[in-house]
Amino acid sequence: MTRMVLSGNAAQAHAARLARVQVVAAYPITPQTTIVETLADFAAAGELAAQYIKVESEHSALQVVVSAAGLGARTYTATSSQGLLLMHELLHWASGMRAPIVMGVVNRAVAPPWNIAVDHTDTVAQRDTGWIQFYAESNQEVLDTVLEAYRLAEDPAVRLPAMVTEDAFYLSHTVEPVDVPSSEEADRFLPPRDARAILVPGTATRLGSFTGPDHYVEFRREVARAMERVPETFASVEEEYRRVTGRDHGGPLPLYRVEDADTVLVTMGTATTTARGVVDDLRAQGLKVGLAKLRLFRPFPVEAIRSLGAMVDRIGVMDRSFTFGAAGAAATETAAALYGSPHRPTLSGFLAGIGGRDVTPGEVTRMYRALLDDRASDVRWMDLEPTGGIVHG
Amino acid sequence: MAKLTLPDSERMYSGHAACPGCGPALAMRLLLKGLGPKTIVSIPACCWTVIATPYPTTALGVATFDNPIEATGASISGLRAAADALGLEGVQVVGFAGDGGTADIGLQSLSGMLERRTDAIYVMYDNEGYMNTGIQRSGATPRGAWTTTTPVGGSARGKPEAKKDIMGIVLAHRPVYAATVNPAFPEDFVRKVERAAERKGPRFFHVFAPCPPGWKFDSDQTIELGRLATDSGIFPLYEVDEGRYRVTRKGGALKPVAEYVRAQGRFRHFTESDIAALQAEVGARWEALLRAERETAAPEAVPVAAH
Repeated sequence: MTRMVLSGNAAQAHAARLARVQVVAAYPITPQTTIVETLADFAAAGELAAQYIKVESEHSALQVVVSAAGLGARTYTATSSQGLLLMHELLHWASGMRAPIVMGVVNRAVAPPWNIAVDHTDTVAQRDTGWIQFYAESNQEVLDTVLEAYRLAEDPAVRLPAMVTEDAFYLSHTVEPVDVPSSEEADRFLPPRDARAILVPGTATRLGSFTGPDHYVEFRREVARAMERVPETFASVEEEYRRVTGRDHGGPLPLYRVEDADTVLVTMGTATTTARGVVDDLRAQGLKVGLAKLRLFRPFPVEAIRSLGAMVDRIGVMDRSFTFGAAGAAATETAAALYGSPHRPTLSGFLAGIGGRDVTPGEVTRMYRALLDDRASDVRWMDLEPTGGIVHG
Repeated sequence: MAKLTLPDSERMYSGHAACPGCGPALAMRLLLKGLGPKTIVSIPACCWTVIATPYPTTALGVATFDNPIEATGASISGLRAAADALGLEGVQVVGFAGDGGTADIGLQSLSGMLERRTDAIYVMYDNEGYMNTGIQRSGATPRGAWTTTTPVGGSARGKPEAKKDIMGIVLAHRPVYAATVNPAFPEDFVRKVERAAERKGPRFFHVFAPCPPGWKFDSDQTIELGRLATDSGIFPLYEVDEGRYRVTRKGGALKPVAEYVRAQGRFRHFTESDIAALQAEVGARWEALLRAERETAAPEAVPVAAH
């Protein structure tokens, strides 16, 4: 293990290097670009023995790794916002072909208007594509989760693609100390991909094919079952990672100071760090508040949310994206998970940090205050400018 | 007539799901005769998605990979990269796509594959339209042809625009090898495939692929129509090897295009002046092809000037 000062993007690249990826495809898009630049440097320096394919679009980037994975290669690509939207069609192909691709995604706002700051709309809009989705809070978590994602994605019980996301600029371009496993440690944790049961040259096999209603639903059900096996498999993957590196990140829904809490906020990504500080402040004032970090968004950690719901009176969910016509996606998913539980705390949804607007401790404090005052609401836009500033016609 | 000298090997099975007289079916059969057993064929959404038959059966004796319609160029780049990364020996990677999936929606990934010098063969089987979806026009549909989206009647007279020149587009990328082939000339077809198979780098085939239901001709006339297409100059047979042109079939004077046009219902509305315009266009293209052949000939192949 070596301690290095890395950006989130560099952490992604180091993880791909340590995973000994065999095929990388990349198209530049701000702000993920330094991931693929770093990988290009690794390849040029002989530190990464991968086929590095420079493609002409994100659509082609994902097709290259879907095809390469179909033949048995371990693959990596990275993207952000518009690029991820362009990949949408191929996201379905990847999960349908059971391609265990790992992709780094830098969460960024979607145009128009153009905005390259953090927002989760890009990845939340891909929640129905059959990809496992992790949201990271720190650069250490980025690196560790990418390595864990390979082991999870390639597990015979799962065989699904996974994306590991990081907030634009707060992680992608901000450096912090990161413990980087040695190659020996990484190899011990992550053996070469077992590429059985895939396309074999020299045989009459077909990967993809077409079918009517007589078989299609069974294929979809297989993907659904694989998703259902993720929580249990991930638990053993993270346990193994902890055994090798001495670190873990607390599973799909890490909790903070919830033991005797009556009020808990659920956050995703870097807003969690801010919220943790707020919890400490409010605790110092004697308020029984806690925090839950939604690290795994797909599959949604239903059981973990229900367990949390059984412990507290009020849950607030902060979303950094909005589903027009409904609410924040994490809020609606949490509501759906709790509805099937005998313990249903009061639930509120908060929209904050949209398009990179700063999520301040004051903003998070107001969320907790609203919860504690029992001013529950489905959707509360937290940080709108009162004067608006948008001119129509 | 010379005896056929095609390889006996068959890597496409009977029991496929093609229409009677299907040009693309013949194209696949002949292509695979020229390639080895470790061929991987990547197929986008097209007639061949269906021809290969549904799960759990297949009409192909080689590994087959499905990809979305616009991504064949990227798919074969990925398959090649994986074969190289995994050290798989003797693998020939082939993209086998229709004209819509190549010259229209797939043009970007084709260009990318050619530009990044992917070691693979890209085959565009040209049935001149979106036939699998019900005969809609593509960029490769010839000028004046009837399709379901370029009707004939009232002021409409089929497709107003010219056929997209895919060979010109591909050759601008300087592939290692590019050729036109026609199932009506199977020996020329297989010989070119065998030649391409020996090369490394991006290679391209433009296949003449008649479609009886789409072009409105009897399904027992596919070969006859193919011969007419080449011998009238509509679809000349040539190869471009490292930039050097060679016309592989020259039968003296070209036949008039009228016979080719009159054999197909999609051109039923053509007037004499339509045919004359096509004749002029075909003649000019043929002369340009012969000129390209002369201008790119190897020095030793230049005929000695008459004294």
